Amino acid sequence: MKSLLIISRHPPARQPAREALDVALAAAAFGVPCGILFMDDGVFQLMKGQDAAQIGQKSLAANLQALPLFGVEDILVCQHSLGERGLQASQCLLDAQVVNNAEIATLLEHYDQIVTL
Amino acid sequence: MFLLVTSMNFAIALLAGPQDPAARSALEFAKAVLSSGHQISRLFFYRDAVHLASQLGVQPQDESDIAAEWRQFIAEHQLDAVVCIAAALRRGVLDAAEAKRWSRPVANTATPWTLSGLGQWVDALQSADRAVTFGT
Repeated sequence: MKSLLIISRHPPARQPAREALDVALAAAAFGVPCGILFMDDGVFQLMKGQDAAQIGQKSLAANLQALPLFGVEDILVCQHSLGERGLQASQCLLDAQVVNNAEIATLLEHYDQIVTL
Repeated sequence: MFLLVTSMNFAIALLAGPQDPAARSALEFAKAVLSSGHQISRLFFYRDAVHLASQLGVQPQDESDIAAEWRQFIAEHQLDAVVCIAAALRRGVLDAAEAKRWSRPVANTATPWTLSGLGQWVDALQSADRAVTFGT
C-alpha cells in the first residue's frame, strides 16, 4: 500500500474543509496508511468551542473525531500557521502533533503521495 | 535498482470548477500524457470540478466550452472519468438514476461520466505510477 498525506488548507465554514476530511476517512477506510496535515486556514478546523449551527452549518467535530477511530495515523498541525493566527496547540479539539517547517519537509519525503485539498 | 520506464499510468484528479484555469491546465496535461505514449488509468473529478460533468452549461459563442472539451476528450479516448457522487449531489449534478432516487425533475449528466465514490480515487492513487492533482 502506498501511504497518503492529505493537506487540508480551508477554513471550517467552507465545503472543501469537509471534503478534505472525507478523503482522509475514505482512504483510511480502505486501509491506506494515511495522515492529515492542517495548515493555512485549515488550522481553524481544529479550534475548540465552535458553534457551526450559528451560521446554519453542521459541525466538523464528528468527522474530526472519527479520524483516529478510522485509523488515520498522523494528525498534524502546522506550527507556523497556528502562530500566524495567534493560536495555540492547546486550543485544538484533537490531540494533533505540532510540526514545524523542517518537520513538514521530512513528512513530504516520508509519504508516498501527497494530496493538497 | 534502475528501472527503465517506457510507459506510465497516470491518475489525474481535478478539484476546480469550469471557471478556474486549472480545469484547462488539467485537460492540456491529460492530452500531453496520452500524446507522450503514457496511459491515464482514471480521471477523478472532485469538489467544484463536478460541474464539468453537467450538460446544462451554455457558453457565449465566442468563448470556449471547457466542459464540452473534457466530454469530447474523455469520449474520444474512452477514459474512465469518475465524478465524486457526494460532491456531485451537493452541487446538483445528477445522472438519471440519482435524479430518480432523489425525486429531482431533471438529470444533467450521463456518459462518458460515471458517478461513484471517493474509493475510486483512493484506488486510482494506489495503482497509478504517477498521481497528479489540479486546482486548489
